Amino acid sequence: MLRRLGPTVRTPETAGDPLFPQKLEFNPPVHENWNIVHIAMQIPELHQIYVCGVNCMRGVVLTAAEMAASDRFSFVLLREEDVVDGTIWEATRDGIADVLRKLPKLPPCVAVFPVCTHHFMGVDMESIYRSLEQEFPEIDFVRAWMDPIMQKHGLPPDQRLRKVMYDPLLPLPAEEKTVTLLGAEFALESDADIRRLLSKNGYALRELQDCKTYADYLHLAEGETFLVTYPGGTFGITQTAKRLNRPCLYLPMSFDYDCIAASLEELTDALHLKPLDTLEEQRQCEAALANARAVIGDTPIAIDMLFHPRPLELTKLLLRHGFRVTEVYLDAVDEAERPALDWLKANAPDLELRSIILPEQRIADRTRLEKTLAIGPKAAWFTSTPYFVNVVQGGGLWGYAGIRRLCDLLIDAYQNEKDTRDIVPRKGLGCVSCI
Amino acid sequence: MNTSYRIIPCYTGDVSGVCSALFELGGMVVIHDPSGCNSTYNTHDETRWYDHDSLIFISGLAEIDAVFGNDQKLIDDTVDAALNLHPKFITLVNSPIPYLNGTDFEAISRIIQQRTGIPTFYIPTNGMHDYVPGAGMALAEIAKRFVAEPEEKKADSVNLLGVTPLDFAADGSADALRDTVERAGFSVHTCWAMGDTLETLSHSGEASVNLAVSAIGLRTAQVLRERFGTPYVVGTPVGAFSETIFSAIRKAVETGENQFPLSERLHPTESGIFAIGEPVTMGSVLAALDLPGTVLCPLEDCEALLNPNTLSVVGEEEAESALKDANVVIADPLYRPIFPKGAKVIELPHEAFSGRCFRKTMKDLFNIDYDALRKEASL
Repeated sequence: MLRRLGPTVRTPETAGDPLFPQKLEFNPPVHENWNIVHIAMQIPELHQIYVCGVNCMRGVVLTAAEMAASDRFSFVLLREEDVVDGTIWEATRDGIADVLRKLPKLPPCVAVFPVCTHHFMGVDMESIYRSLEQEFPEIDFVRAWMDPIMQKHGLPPDQRLRKVMYDPLLPLPAEEKTVTLLGAEFALESDADIRRLLSKNGYALRELQDCKTYADYLHLAEGETFLVTYPGGTFGITQTAKRLNRPCLYLPMSFDYDCIAASLEELTDALHLKPLDTLEEQRQCEAALANARAVIGDTPIAIDMLFHPRPLELTKLLLRHGFRVTEVYLDAVDEAERPALDWLKANAPDLELRSIILPEQRIADRTRLEKTLAIGPKAAWFTSTPYFVNVVQGGGLWGYAGIRRLCDLLIDAYQNEKDTRDIVPRKGLGCVSCI
Repeated sequence: MNTSYRIIPCYTGDVSGVCSALFELGGMVVIHDPSGCNSTYNTHDETRWYDHDSLIFISGLAEIDAVFGNDQKLIDDTVDAALNLHPKFITLVNSPIPYLNGTDFEAISRIIQQRTGIPTFYIPTNGMHDYVPGAGMALAEIAKRFVAEPEEKKADSVNLLGVTPLDFAADGSADALRDTVERAGFSVHTCWAMGDTLETLSHSGEASVNLAVSAIGLRTAQVLRERFGTPYVVGTPVGAFSETIFSAIRKAVETGENQFPLSERLHPTESGIFAIGEPVTMGSVLAALDLPGTVLCPLEDCEALLNPNTLSVVGEEEAESALKDANVVIADPLYRPIFPKGAKVIELPHEAFSGRCFRKTMKDLFNIDYDALRKEASL
């Protein structure tokens, strides 16, 4: 029977490429993702300076304020006369220099964020950096951007930031049996497969989240091999490793047993490690999934793409283990998820793939007649449920241990209510939030 | 440089100002912007976003469309959404790149109106001004387009102008304002724009006087004055200052002349007492505290509101310099880093400055015990 679907819903069968047309965009009141301010603040002692109009500035300056980091954030406001009179170069260069002179102490590293306007005015940012480096030779200037106008046909600002924020790393002698993992905002969980595998073989794992000082950050360059697990970090970390002449492995976050096994094998082969027992790992996953299914039963489940970069793989995993996933919130299907989508076409014809940002979603019915379990904060908002897994961007979940940890989180979310209204509007899950 | 800020934030921008002003009126606001404007607005500048389904969207402007001047996508997407969502009106709002491109929003508005049959208009923001002109222009446009010629004036009825959460964010503030005015014997005819519909606002011409309770309300007051001859009063009825406001309202009705009771508070500016922020509310708060002080006004579109007690400042550096000899400062807590050491501080969080940072402790200006506040600060 043909089902009548609104413009904001697809099924796996009707999922085209793109999944939804690009129209006007709605922004739900869920802000737990990390933005460029949160990401750059991870570098200890770094100071951020933005140069833009007041309306664009407002979101980033208050991001810093909410995370109690106003003392590491400054800005230069662009005015109409700067763009109309052709003085934007001077306004930018002199404004940044003025901010730096006002700081009580010069920071070792400054990330500068010009904006779309600088592109359209053809501002020679490189000459600005040269001039600033001449005046402030002790500062490493990170050449960042806040230019979302470029993101529809290229990489978004956060992905390019995950490259330039590592540009201050200089080639250092490799430290034996040390691996550097970068590109994700969350450190790997303590029992994540990669961490256990490296530890078992006597390797040290360094992550940005371990760094307390700028000097610690600079030592990240010492890893003899670089790893990246978050897809939004692959461009930046691959480029950084190449510049530092280090091998780099992309070991994607995944909920697919075969994909996880392939990643572990790649790491094992590259570093000549004793492998983990993947069959035993999978057996434990099966037990954990069966246990979670027994607790959660036929409760409808909604999943969103903010929870994890591979929401369709997760959907497939849960459906295969008897869970009742009814809706997935996403606006695009990543190429890596095509096999999962194909599986869903054949095995889950009733699954609803719902847009997050199409304008009709502003007035979507958010009531659910049954208790609903959400995986991800946007799914929680769209289904008005207090039962949700509060993780974004994959958190520190990785591999078989990540699946088992997910099962714990599902059970906890199913059994314990959360204050959705209070939690999901907060910015940057895991950062300080003053609200 | 007055454009460089070391540590304090900036105020809400003009784009957010438009959205906030029109939030409850049943229209659809389309911000022609790549990304960020909507998120910034609904995260930091809009207390109502979680619970109320107002139709405010961005166009998702892409580089290629900006470079090649493809306005058709904006038109088609807006028409498509409007035909699905049936707003009462459509408002287009500009941002930096379309401003640089010289996008012809007036023409685009006419095309959209022709295709949808829905009143469509443009508010000329560009993302480089603060919320006062943005919200002020938006409400003034409503006053020009939607307020009907009155059949009769209603005695002792008042329109409250310039009421948005950007200046009145505490829960219940708008209701408290209504109560305050009604307890004084006036009838609140409309409130621009919290708690009333577009239909209700369309009867604003019937009121006998307009009360601009913030700078946002001034442009609307001027439009209603020009269209219907309604006199206006500028001031916020808080604490003991309310009586002065109510007297001014009566005088406006009697004389037909506009009234500016804040300008009548002439005090020496050397008192060392300063209030920073939106000049109408902060001037009224100083009056309610019965303090001789100076209002530092860091906002635009307030020239008509400046008086001997008000000093316009642009940027962090000028504000810090103006405060260097301050003994007492009344301001949002995020101003603290530029206060001189030893100054006594009365914190009044302001949504348009600190966003939601202090939303849980936001004070309702109409229910503050100003005498107690004054004692608390040992003044």
